[in-house]
Amino acid sequence: MLNKTSKARVAVTVSGIILLAGLFLIGCGGGTAHTITEAGSTTVQPLAEKLANAFMEDHTDVKIIIQGGGSSTGVRSCNDGTADIGAASRELKSSEPALITHLLALDGIAIATHPSNSVDGLTTEQVKDVYAGTITNWSEVGGDDEDIVIIAREEGSGTRDAFEELVMDEELITSGAILQPSNGALRTSVAITPYSIGFLSFGYVDDSAKSLSIDGVAGTVENVKSGAYPIVRPLYFLTREEPTGQVKDFIDFCLSAEGQIIVEEEGYISAQ
Amino acid sequence: MSRYFIDRASKNIVFVCAFASILVLIAIFVFVLKEGLPAFQRVGIIDFLFGTEWRPGIGEFGILPMIIGSLYVTFGAMLLAVPLGIGCAILLAEVAPFKARQIIRPAVELLVGIPSVVYGLVGMLLIVPVIREIGGAGFSILAASIVLAAMMLPTIISISEDAIRAVPRGYKEGALAMGATHWQTIWHVLLPAARSGITAAVVLGMGRAIGETMAMIMVIGNSVKIPVSPLDSGRTLTGNIAMEITYADPEHMNALFATGIVLFFLIVILNGTAIIALKRGGRAYNAG
Repeated sequence: MLNKTSKARVAVTVSGIILLAGLFLIGCGGGTAHTITEAGSTTVQPLAEKLANAFMEDHTDVKIIIQGGGSSTGVRSCNDGTADIGAASRELKSSEPALITHLLALDGIAIATHPSNSVDGLTTEQVKDVYAGTITNWSEVGGDDEDIVIIAREEGSGTRDAFEELVMDEELITSGAILQPSNGALRTSVAITPYSIGFLSFGYVDDSAKSLSIDGVAGTVENVKSGAYPIVRPLYFLTREEPTGQVKDFIDFCLSAEGQIIVEEEGYISAQ
Repeated sequence: MSRYFIDRASKNIVFVCAFASILVLIAIFVFVLKEGLPAFQRVGIIDFLFGTEWRPGIGEFGILPMIIGSLYVTFGAMLLAVPLGIGCAILLAEVAPFKARQIIRPAVELLVGIPSVVYGLVGMLLIVPVIREIGGAGFSILAASIVLAAMMLPTIISISEDAIRAVPRGYKEGALAMGATHWQTIWHVLLPAARSGITAAVVLGMGRAIGETMAMIMVIGNSVKIPVSPLDSGRTLTGNIAMEITYADPEHMNALFATGIVLFFLIVILNGTAIIALKRGGRAYNAG
């Protein structure tokens, strides 16, 4: 009798394994789908995911894999062919390979402070001096006599890279800066800290923090679009050659009116 | 016959389980070592451990600010949590009436289940602004120590309470029979007798403290600077890894794994010293 039970157990185990193997094979089946890989900037990543999902709804035979890694990774993996499309949230450097850029969207970097701060605007130069640690008190830029609490993003963040490139001009951000690991955490920190200053993507600005005007231009979406606001970075898709086939279809979709609506829904500025 | 078969089989299965967990430990250690050692070679072990500049963008990797940050926060948290925790354990084991204990004990145990991101959020929105009133930016070693102390408390309380309860009844009755007051009994008999259990409680609490990541990132400020005052911002070793791992290029990645190696040895050293210190203390007490 005991033998019977163990035989039954073996039977159950074997059929279980066969079933699992079968499921696995089904999972791998339908291998006709074309796979496109996109890799790079983590700023572009959530936007690319939204665009890819919308695209895949209409093109069920295409599978798009979106990966992060940062803008430099995007350039590298596009150039060596590990990704069909690279993503960068900054201009390409002269040291980097010449790739074809497809302007997907524009993203302004807002300089934010606590809503109670009496300072409403700074010049790019002043922002740089604050972050370099040479201006340390709000009174030096026309505000109250209070220390400036500098809040920045962590090393490697695309927003930090773009901020360094557009504002810092080879100067280093002071090591006394408080660092937060995401746009959201940075916004919360600015919102709860009087006399703080922080930089974040326009997609994340809301009423909890005040967006400062830069060089006399108010930090609004309209001013970013018109080109008046000075701290703006491009979000690019990169390809090594002129795209063809499914890759071309996807990029065309992203740049089309339909794709650009998604861009605006996500809080970025349409490139068109 | 089949009875013996099951007996033997279960023995083997249990052995495999134990072996698997050791294998995981070895695998992690070897992997971290393999990924991290190139950073030691490139930067030099002295420059890596005692360098004060951490700027991966320009190839500077010094983790002294993070080592000091981790130790500072851990000791700060222990300073708050150990007396509070042992006090609460004494209350639960000896002083509180049964009814009160039935409320306090589950409440303390509930604290364990709260995810660390929630501790971090509460710390960020409640504790950080209060510390800002005292001075500095609010995001500070002090804020991190307070949050961490709250997270360590349940571990310290429940293990210490069990340790005090596990002291043989005769010890307590003997002390009381010789005319000691209840407090004298607790202080001079129960606590020394429960010392090894309380040591375990403190060491486990400390382990949790030094390994905690998410809540720390949210309240400590993450500046790469050696903290002096408890009101200064700082960064922990775990925070350093978690903040930067998503973007790191290969060289930077090696340096983050090397941070992991340092953390590993720091935990071994800290646990070792804590156990030895508390055991020594016990012997001195018994001799005196």
